[in-house]
Amino acid sequence: MEKIVTRHFDVPNSYLLETYLKDNGYAAARKAITQMTPALVIDEVKKSNLRGLGGAGFPTGTKWSFIPQTNPKPKYLVINGDEGEPGTFKDKYIFELDPHALLEGIIITCFAIGSHKAYIYIRGEYVKSLQRVQAAVDEAYKAGYLGKGIMGTGFDIDVVVHPGAGAYICGEETALLESLEGKKGFPRLKPPFPAVVGLFGCPTVINNVETISCVPPIINKGAEWYAKLGCEKNGGNRLFCVSGHVVKPGVYELPNGTTLREIIYDHAGGIPNGRKLKAVIPGGISAPLLTPDQIDVKMDFDSLKAIGSMAGSGGIIVMDDTTDMVWAAMVAARFFAHESCGQCSPCREGSGWVYRNVKRLYHGHAREHDLRNLPGIVNNIGGNTICAFGDAVSMSIGSYVTKFRSEFEAKLVKSEYAQPNH
Amino acid sequence: MPNLIIDGKQVEVPAGTTIIQAADKLGINIPRYCYHPALPVSGNCRICMVEVEKQPKLQIACYTPVTDGMVVKTNSPKVLEVRKTVLEFLLVNHPVDCPVCDQAGECKLQDYYMEHGQYDSRLGDVKVKKEKKAFSIGPTVMLDQERCILCTRCVRFADNISKTSEFGVFSRGDHSQLDVYPGKKLDNSYSGNVVDICPVGALTDTDFRFKCRVWYLSKTKSVCPGCSMGCNITVEWDKMRPHQHKKARVMRLKPRHNPEVNDYWICDKGRYNYKFIDENRIQHPQYNNDLISWDRAIDVVTDVLKPLKDLKRTNRIGVIASAQLTNEDLFVIRKFFKENLKGSHVDFRVPQKPGDSDAFLIKADKNPNTAGALNILQPDTDVAAIIQKARAGEIDLLYVFGEDLVSQFGKEALYQISKNVKLFVYQGSNVNETCNYAHLNLPSSVYAEKEGTFTNCQNKVQRIWPAFSPLAEARGDWEILALFAAKLGQPIVYQHSPEIFKDIAASFPAFSEMTYDKISDKGMVLKA
Repeated sequence: MEKIVTRHFDVPNSYLLETYLKDNGYAAARKAITQMTPALVIDEVKKSNLRGLGGAGFPTGTKWSFIPQTNPKPKYLVINGDEGEPGTFKDKYIFELDPHALLEGIIITCFAIGSHKAYIYIRGEYVKSLQRVQAAVDEAYKAGYLGKGIMGTGFDIDVVVHPGAGAYICGEETALLESLEGKKGFPRLKPPFPAVVGLFGCPTVINNVETISCVPPIINKGAEWYAKLGCEKNGGNRLFCVSGHVVKPGVYELPNGTTLREIIYDHAGGIPNGRKLKAVIPGGISAPLLTPDQIDVKMDFDSLKAIGSMAGSGGIIVMDDTTDMVWAAMVAARFFAHESCGQCSPCREGSGWVYRNVKRLYHGHAREHDLRNLPGIVNNIGGNTICAFGDAVSMSIGSYVTKFRSEFEAKLVKSEYAQPNH
Repeated sequence: MPNLIIDGKQVEVPAGTTIIQAADKLGINIPRYCYHPALPVSGNCRICMVEVEKQPKLQIACYTPVTDGMVVKTNSPKVLEVRKTVLEFLLVNHPVDCPVCDQAGECKLQDYYMEHGQYDSRLGDVKVKKEKKAFSIGPTVMLDQERCILCTRCVRFADNISKTSEFGVFSRGDHSQLDVYPGKKLDNSYSGNVVDICPVGALTDTDFRFKCRVWYLSKTKSVCPGCSMGCNITVEWDKMRPHQHKKARVMRLKPRHNPEVNDYWICDKGRYNYKFIDENRIQHPQYNNDLISWDRAIDVVTDVLKPLKDLKRTNRIGVIASAQLTNEDLFVIRKFFKENLKGSHVDFRVPQKPGDSDAFLIKADKNPNTAGALNILQPDTDVAAIIQKARAGEIDLLYVFGEDLVSQFGKEALYQISKNVKLFVYQGSNVNETCNYAHLNLPSSVYAEKEGTFTNCQNKVQRIWPAFSPLAEARGDWEILALFAAKLGQPIVYQHSPEIFKDIAASFPAFSEMTYDKISDKGMVLKA
């Protein structure tokens, strides 16, 4: 199988410009700027079926084409490297092991959308990533791959590395923009979408790190080659982050459409100690749980959506039969309650309420009406909020309760004093 | 212009209008917490969600622009259900301490719970406790973080209207709390407005707290007399509980919406400028330190006026009117002194110490009716000249309406006037230093006891309504003059203010075609 994003990961000193240049580095950027037009680049990316790998799976080329070229304001590219979704740790590897692939992708993308300034927003906890990317940016400036008239082409581009400050919600693209502007990370009301009114009120494309790292190979080898690697409507490979109860946890680059069973058993080595699979989160903690009978699903955006879950950010969390699902639900609920930004009321008040409810269940203090109310409370959050965080709380916590209800019931207080209503 | 249907009613509105604005136009009330027509949209409370045909999800009415052919339902089962759930969420960590909350009775949580909630509580948890309760965040406002629903109206007010940015929301999730920034105080000229726009009991007025339950309050429309802006206000008063608050009647003033004058706001100076209505009043006519009856008081004045009039020595009369008076008062002053007693020296332009002002609502001219007084009195002398004559004894009667001359001309001048003038009459609502020098003090009513009009700095004529009758023996300014006129045999026959205004409209082209009905509660601009 051909590796794309991870192709340099095993090379010693892969993060240095010198190493990157040895493997035809920055040739794609040169090719795009000197031999192609912006429209051609966008067209090529559209044809490659590259989709946003941060979680939403929006077709990348289409997103780029939304930038209104008639708007006289500057255009911006923002790289979302806030990678905060529990279970996801792929962008970290790109930052640390192949930052120049990202920079080359940034150059091509900026050329395609007519932007001369890009921001790389990196999760604040990723200290090593911040250092490596900043070092790579400095190297690239020195060698003339960034700055004024790069590679002698007359194309100007500036790249700014910006650390996040620890809020999960800043991975939501409009909250990220607010944060980048120096404000509190609150998601914005949409529309207008960032392509029209984005960073500092200017047209902005926001893409995930992995997505942009896929761009140079697409320009080098062509859209058809890339599209063929994946499945229908979802081209190329994807980084799957496997964690939890598996023999070999880690990041795996596999074609879109690989089944979940293959990933868990063939690549990650299966469940340790001969235990049985109980549940899998297929796309980061926000994605609804899958049960063992569902793991033959193909791991692409559309197939997962069809069975009521989502591909999300590619974070696969495997749970074996020793897992207490009420505990797992409590951990997820605690995360959501901790990370809800607090802007809109259903999510602000609901996420904490759900957590306290599940916590009571887990500690054996809950009565029948607590469990009876839980799905309703969870359900009232989703669909009623500004951003998708509320939906994530609803879908994620809801899936624990519906799929493992008997475990929740087993935790209830069996008391003669338990009253039906209060 | 987009044409849309809301709850089966058709409405045409300009492009860019939001659903909530279109519904307001139709009189369909969509519940709201964070939305305020004068503030930028925040969209965070989620209670205004409505069903839009062909849209799978409910939309927030405060942010969604209307489109042509849109069909909106504001009372479908789905919408009603969401309102209930949003209320439930807002109350999860709310202390529900209504019995000790000053907002009770005008709280949107209470109102909407009765209208849209009415569910059984599903709460079995301890509420998130927040730090600041009954916490003073500045000279005029108290904060209660637990009651706050984080609608951010106050934040947006401070950012966009007062432009002082004191407020922020700190922390995340259900630990979010509203507060002022560290080291900052809510102390700007418009602080009190955040209390008005706070839909719940999170921000309460230090001055009003625990004075009166709001359901006891009667409300009377009025205009602030604090400066020439003439901000529209509501006088909120309670006459039924004299055992409270030292018999004070007025409990608070609130801004009244007028898009052409003050929008939804008033300044703090205006808001707290009501104590004089009930305190420090001149209650009875007083002649040389003796309380006297009105009949006697009339005799005292007419005994001086009659000979002056009969001997055609009206030029020995000096009158200092005031731009605090209504157009109606001033018109009767004109009629009595400039027509009946032709030759009197009349002016109102007492020199003022320069007042504070800003680019928003606060004007340097601290009188509410300077424009009206200029139009109606058309003075041909000035106050300084009158004072000069009075000091020199060239005047037999000095008649002063409400102006505190001591603060402008000093005690020495007033002493001389008191000595050299035959009769020095002070007609006013409140005791001030000038009263000590006047021979006769006559109690007149304050603006909240009057019906009439003020003309503001925009030349807008605005009505005030009487909230209650004058305190003790006080009488309206023009009513007092009418008593003198009757005694002198040249009656000024008016029963009510509207009759006077009819004559004003007939006498002055600038006021022509105006009537009380036409002025209504939004005002009318003088003709150029």
